[in-house]
Amino acid sequence: MAMKTVTGIKEIIKPENLVYKKSSLLTDKPFSYCPGCGHGTAHRILAEVLEEEGLQSETIGVCPVGCSVLMYDFIDIDILEAAHGRAPAVATAIKRLFPEKFVFTYQGDGDLAAIGTSESIHACNRGENILIIFINNGIYGMTGGQMAPTTIPGMKTTTSPYGRDVKTMGNPVKLTELVALLPGTCYVTRQSVHTPATVRKTKKAIKKAVEYQKKNMGTCFIEIVSNCPSGWRMTPVESNKWMEENMFPFYPPGDLKVPKEDITKTKDNEGE
Amino acid sequence: MKGNEALAEAAIRAGVDAYFGYPITPQSEVLEYLMAADPGKTTGMVVLQVESELAAINAVYGGAGCGKKVMTSSSSPGISLFQEGISYIAGAELPCLIVNVVRGGPGLGTIQPAQSDYFQACKGGGHGDYHLIVLAPASVQEMADFVEIAFDLAFKYRNPVMILSDGAIGQMMEKVYLKPSEERSKTFPEWATTGKPPERNRNIITSLDLDPYAQERRVLRLMEKYRQIEKNEVRYEEVRTEDADYLFVAYGTSARVCMKALQLARAEGIKAGLLRPITLYPFPSKRINELSGRMKHIISVEMSAGQMVEDVMLAVNGITDVSHFGRVGGVITEPEEVLENLKSKL
Repeated sequence: MAMKTVTGIKEIIKPENLVYKKSSLLTDKPFSYCPGCGHGTAHRILAEVLEEEGLQSETIGVCPVGCSVLMYDFIDIDILEAAHGRAPAVATAIKRLFPEKFVFTYQGDGDLAAIGTSESIHACNRGENILIIFINNGIYGMTGGQMAPTTIPGMKTTTSPYGRDVKTMGNPVKLTELVALLPGTCYVTRQSVHTPATVRKTKKAIKKAVEYQKKNMGTCFIEIVSNCPSGWRMTPVESNKWMEENMFPFYPPGDLKVPKEDITKTKDNEGE
Repeated sequence: MKGNEALAEAAIRAGVDAYFGYPITPQSEVLEYLMAADPGKTTGMVVLQVESELAAINAVYGGAGCGKKVMTSSSSPGISLFQEGISYIAGAELPCLIVNVVRGGPGLGTIQPAQSDYFQACKGGGHGDYHLIVLAPASVQEMADFVEIAFDLAFKYRNPVMILSDGAIGQMMEKVYLKPSEERSKTFPEWATTGKPPERNRNIITSLDLDPYAQERRVLRLMEKYRQIEKNEVRYEEVRTEDADYLFVAYGTSARVCMKALQLARAEGIKAGLLRPITLYPFPSKRINELSGRMKHIISVEMSAGQMVEDVMLAVNGITDVSHFGRVGGVITEPEEVLENLKSKL
């Protein structure tokens, strides 16, 4: 019986039957992310887009300080590791010097919306032709679950153990809404990667950003609302449910800004 | 030409690929000159005014990581903001040029010239075990000439280089001879992040080693590089040291003041000499040590509360007496004051 099963699998593994495989641009190094974390999925779809668009040799990435600090271990492209919050400034120089290359930053909420607020806003305001991927899980994961600029009101973290009190700790920063107001951004969208459908949508958003960057249309900004099972003290399933119920009302998925020429084509990328 | 302008023009002519900056007195002429010259239309050099010194130095990190000749400039308070990025650049071993047109501090201080950033430039400044190569121009001509030297050293050692000038050298006007323009390089070092072609492994620019043993190897590699730099790259100028009984050690504006003081002393029959460090790191310790046996006294003349004097003392190692003299807080030392101080040591 066992032999028969093995033969059966071999028969199934044929190019014409292959519906899913690891992107060739992901290295063999296992992800350092916690089980159920959205970072791994975000990395995968980014690698898939770069592979599908044939951009490996054309891409220069900038990774942040935070959980994705070791992104350069996982994606087989040239990458610079930036200081905390400074990725948009680093990417600005790269794109100005290599206008023909595809340049992106990959940043978490603390990196992009707290310490790097200035760099984020000014790069977007100048309309740098880069893609900013913003992973928003409302917490500092790498350092052990502290309050982030995007921690929602009432949310408990190690530095807001009784819940975020907006009276003393301030309100969460909606940087995505903010950069959408700037004339320099051409495409601003908020997505997630917690279901097959949302993964596909986010991948599509990255593909659009590639297209817009090729046309030098300005800054593309993709927020991915994500989870942090470890930092939130939840199972992956619980965290995704909690994200939908608590994060989405505050950070509703959908396009905030689309290029005029594409306004007719964006129906399928709207929030659920 | 002003010192700051000469430096900016020299940068264009040296084929620098990009300048990222933020205005601050007394160095804003660098950015202003580059914007007016608009080299994007001629050499293709990128000139960009960014939102802060943090953005400027991190843009330098990005450009340098891609193997380009990239520079920035600022003055003391702005250089303090650079320090984070400088530490990352040193850790990731990236070549670049940082210009400090020093003004008096601490804090917002003054906009007048000073030499009070010596410690910051030569002893680290940012966090961690690292050194910049530090060049100290004493004329407008050297402001121009040191740009090319700085980039040669930066790329030779994959190390950030600082031109440590001051408000006087940056602002004063002198005749300057400029080299003809060079073409910008079209090749890149093999370590640069320029997009990974199939034939090579991916390039990663980082200063991160979570494994302490890996980080130790990185620091040991840096230390070995610094030993090479100390061996090969010391530059200094000597004036009338052959028969001197008294030695001034001074760089930049203070060296010019000492030149005058030296003449005044010689006119009075006091045999004074001058050693002018051109590289502050690596410091000409060996030469100062050699000279110290013949000197009755050595004065470190600097417009600071006494910073370089510590390196002079280390170099002299007790062989003769060493003291510090200089005005502080943005006041330029007068030659007569230096002479007076020298006479007090006779």
